[in-house]
Amino acid sequence: MTTVATQDPKDLEKGRGERNGKAAADPGSEVLAPVVAEDLAAVFVSHHRPPKPGPLSASLTFGWRAMLKIKHVPEQLFDVTAFPIMMTLMFTYLFGGAIAGSTDAYVQFVIPGILVQSIVMITMYTGVSLNNDIERGVFDRFRTLPIWRPAALVGMILGDLLRYVLASTVIITVGLILGFRPDGGVPGVLAGVALLVVFSFAFSWVWTMFGLLLRSEKSVMGVSMMVLFPLTFLSNVFVDPKTMPGWLQAFVDVNPITHLVSAVRDLMDGDFATTETVWVLVFSAALVAVFVPLPLRLYNRK
Amino acid sequence: MTIDPTGLAIETHGLVKVFGTNRAVDGIDLRVPAGTVYGVLGPNGAGKTTAVKMLATLLRPDGGEAYVFGKSVLRDADAVRSRVSLTGQYASVDEDLTGTENLVLLGRLLGHTKSFARSRAGELMAAFGLDKAAARQVKTYSGGMRRRIDIAASILNTPDLLFLDEPTTGLDPRSRNQVWDIVRAVVAQGTTVLLTTQYLEEADRLASRIAVIDHGKVIAEGTPGELKSSVGAGSIHIRLRDAAQRPDAERLLGKVLGSAVQTGTDPVALTAAIPGHGTDLGAAEDAARALGELARAGIVVDDFSLGQPSLDEVFMALTESSASSTSAGSAESAESAGSSAELAAGSAASASPAASEAASTDEQHDAISKESAA
Repeated sequence: MTTVATQDPKDLEKGRGERNGKAAADPGSEVLAPVVAEDLAAVFVSHHRPPKPGPLSASLTFGWRAMLKIKHVPEQLFDVTAFPIMMTLMFTYLFGGAIAGSTDAYVQFVIPGILVQSIVMITMYTGVSLNNDIERGVFDRFRTLPIWRPAALVGMILGDLLRYVLASTVIITVGLILGFRPDGGVPGVLAGVALLVVFSFAFSWVWTMFGLLLRSEKSVMGVSMMVLFPLTFLSNVFVDPKTMPGWLQAFVDVNPITHLVSAVRDLMDGDFATTETVWVLVFSAALVAVFVPLPLRLYNRK
Repeated sequence: MTIDPTGLAIETHGLVKVFGTNRAVDGIDLRVPAGTVYGVLGPNGAGKTTAVKMLATLLRPDGGEAYVFGKSVLRDADAVRSRVSLTGQYASVDEDLTGTENLVLLGRLLGHTKSFARSRAGELMAAFGLDKAAARQVKTYSGGMRRRIDIAASILNTPDLLFLDEPTTGLDPRSRNQVWDIVRAVVAQGTTVLLTTQYLEEADRLASRIAVIDHGKVIAEGTPGELKSSVGAGSIHIRLRDAAQRPDAERLLGKVLGSAVQTGTDPVALTAAIPGHGTDLGAAEDAARALGELARAGIVVDDFSLGQPSLDEVFMALTESSASSTSAGSAESAESAGSSAELAAGSAASASPAASEAASTDEQHDAISKESAA
């Protein structure tokens, strides 16, 4: 970790010291070759100016950037792999016997729920990584490019879609091992995951807004947790809402997560034409309609 | 490349940006000729970065007008963006990606094909001496390497106007010199460079014109020579062999140079301002005369150096003169700005010893830090 970009001379010294240490271990790597004026002159002759890329092409390029980041920082996949496995195992064996009489029976009920909860939870990283990006200054460069401005945000969310699919695969696999046998078979499971990914795409835009509004990564995380915990737990993810007090049932009934979980359960059970699915699609469209323009406006102003 | 008929790369009129109650940029007028390096000099928080961000279309001005090659940054932002590049104060590349990936990514975003973006990235990495580090994440780069990859990214499509925001802040002397070489090479190819810096020396070496900014306002504008002559000839720093001789040396220097002499914490060091005659020759003669007097008095001088007017002195003089005459800082009459600055400096020395004390202490700090850096 070098600390060169800071202006504090003490930090600078420290950074230099660390680098020197590293250079000793890896001789020559930190000694820069001189910049030769002729070489520079040569690279300047390029006045090739292609037309600017279209919105789709620019978005896909930013999506490629997201892939590269996963390649270089694979640790970031921890939350889409290890965390869901942990949740699945924990809740299945902790509550299975008490709630459904046996873990086997509970698995059938809880896997679609855990799937929804885990994926919805990780949508918050969209906001966190956007906030992080902006603080690092790389967004300044993107914003001086004559490209379709939303491309950076769209590309980022495209990259996140891959994470959602990856996490879904992990959870379904663990579920199958634990004995999850959905009636809808492969098409049912695929449809369920697809609906969930559509919803998560729409929901990610909410965090994009917070990522742009809030000052630090930590505050984005804090706000997301405060919204996501009640939203995912006060739903039908783990238990049937019938046993809850009336006021809580009222909340659970209007909670979009409840509808999403019901829709995913229906699809995985092979029930493809349910009102719940329609409800989720309409709600996703509404989220996009509200939460796409807002962050884009913020982004342009920033 | 097309150049605006006025020959100006940048033209602003009363540019304003307000953050809350802070007027970060408070009515800046700039005229930057195309094809030159234009220096914007000022301390931290003077409004340099804010001004650059507005010109690069990253911030919307709250007032005034700004044109880049004749295109308004407000109404024609995309046209401006297609001709400018910005190298920010903090590396504007993705630290998680490798150097090459960063350049390929940018190439793709500029509309190049995958194969062209790759070959261009390779070409730039080689020209900037970064080929060995091409496959490493930028976060492992040293400060000098970061600036290089940052500038390389900025010239991927040769821009007509390049903003360099404090490109050498925090760099060691060698890396700083290399950045200067790059800037010279960039300008030699016809690109206009707007360079912000805190260092007078840097602006002096690179820029053909300089605007000095403080508290969001341009307080002086002119060629480096005009600015320097406006604050006197600088100062002489002397190190004695024997600390016991310092009181004598102090008295003698004061008499010969007619200026206040400062003694710092180092018991053998003295610093004296050289009254400005507007030319370097005069300063050197004054210094020689002073050293001669010291030798005749039997005071042994181990080391001496002539200091350029420091940025502190420039500010001290310019802010004093802008207080006495509101028109100071206009581009037309650097001559008159210079003389009023001299007047101000002279009156400070004679009438208000406290003020000159403060000025010279700062200047000495500057001299000391300069020495230790070298």
